[in-house]
Amino acid sequence: MTTDDRFAQDYRDMRVAPELIQRSEVVTGPVSDWATDFSHMEPEYAAGAIEIWDDLRQRCPVAHTDRFGGAWLPTKYEDVAAVAYDTDRFSSRAIIMGNYRPPLDLAPVGDSPPISSDPPFHHDARKLLLPAFTKTAVARQEESTRAFCHALIDGFEGRDVVDAAAEYAQHIPMRVIADMLGFPPEDGPQFTIFVENVLEGVNLPFEERMERTAGLFDYLFAQVRDHEADPREDLTTYLMNVELYGQKLQPLHVAGTMALLLVAGIDTTWSAIGASLWHLAKTPEDRRRLVAEPGLVPTAMEELLRAYAPVTMARLVKEDMEWQGVDMKADDWILLSFPAANRDPEKFDRADEVVIDRQVNRHAAFGLGIHRCVGSHLARMELRVALEVWLQRLPEFSLADPSAVTWSTGQIRGPRELPLRIG
Amino acid sequence: MRVQIDPALCQGHGRCYDLAPDLFGEDEDGYATLTPLTADGAVPAGREDDAQLAADNCPELAIALSGALVGEA
Repeated sequence: MTTDDRFAQDYRDMRVAPELIQRSEVVTGPVSDWATDFSHMEPEYAAGAIEIWDDLRQRCPVAHTDRFGGAWLPTKYEDVAAVAYDTDRFSSRAIIMGNYRPPLDLAPVGDSPPISSDPPFHHDARKLLLPAFTKTAVARQEESTRAFCHALIDGFEGRDVVDAAAEYAQHIPMRVIADMLGFPPEDGPQFTIFVENVLEGVNLPFEERMERTAGLFDYLFAQVRDHEADPREDLTTYLMNVELYGQKLQPLHVAGTMALLLVAGIDTTWSAIGASLWHLAKTPEDRRRLVAEPGLVPTAMEELLRAYAPVTMARLVKEDMEWQGVDMKADDWILLSFPAANRDPEKFDRADEVVIDRQVNRHAAFGLGIHRCVGSHLARMELRVALEVWLQRLPEFSLADPSAVTWSTGQIRGPRELPLRIG
Repeated sequence: MRVQIDPALCQGHGRCYDLAPDLFGEDEDGYATLTPLTADGAVPAGREDDAQLAADNCPELAIALSGALVGEA
């Protein structure tokens, strides 16, 4: 029997050598024209993305920018879907659009499989995760999630105003995914930093971005070593032991998947819970209806996911080509905005309205095609429970100060400060 | 009414088994399946609307319904 020394090496000696990463110039500052110079990292995008997509969809459905070394932004449902389904011409080897592109030979695995993987490897890496995230499997987390939501609201006792993003929405997915991975729940504040670095640190200088990513992986490998010493039944132990093609996973596959589950498990659901509470706080008729008809929550939730979908993905163009009338170059980014697709009036009736009892709702909040969010059943359970508990415990609430609400920049869109009056 | 799930299109969103859990189920990876009620590819009489709602909410258009309601055609 050989010893398993997969995790003995330092992350910095395993990762892609920094000199192999293709870099483009970091360009920041006000956008001159959203059709030709867009940036998802500017405050105007955080504040007004919905209006920006609506405007682009009418006059220039596939916007371009020279920032990030060249990128495209389709805004019509049909175009977003076409990119999502076309894994031959669009690669997932990087899915966070920024100024650094990993080398071609990182495909088909990518740095955080399976989200960063291309076929045929993608299917096999994804299959390892699916059983842990089925609707039946995630139902086992529901009771503890509900108890945790109640505990958060118990903590608001005596307060008139609370920050529903920072003090409620954020904590729920953080606790659930920490439990599933077997990480200490008290490490939550570190998770917030990791998530911000990965998703909002896109325009940081190269060395700083690399070092911050290394900090995340140092943490993940420390958790792996802790699980080596003290194995317990959780996703970390599972990933350390599971086999693919007759072998245990490469150490960067194990840690990359852990990074994916941690980062994608937190920011996305936090944003969906926050955006839903924001909508209900400013729309008393919808709030009252859901308080009166809790059975409508699952339907309403789908509409809130359509209208305020948190997640935009990215792809890299594989080869020079003409696509929808534009000339794409190899390694151009595609900012794949499922939220923009969800607002396309050609696909949805009353696309710009929130219709809380919308019955037919083929929205794309969890993506389309082979990369359908692996955690969608978990996210839906968390969002439903978070809303049910909030509406039951705090049926009367409103925006304490509409101008104090802030939204995140980057690919995950949701409120980051959300002061609500609850008393 | 006949019902079919196209396994090449289904990605496991689960909208069908969320909306009509006795007509559609999930396999061990979360992909949609038929259930004892629909195993023969037929939607039970009176349940056509539920099957239709599930099909209308599939983001991947993976559920095909065909055939007239009993008493029509």
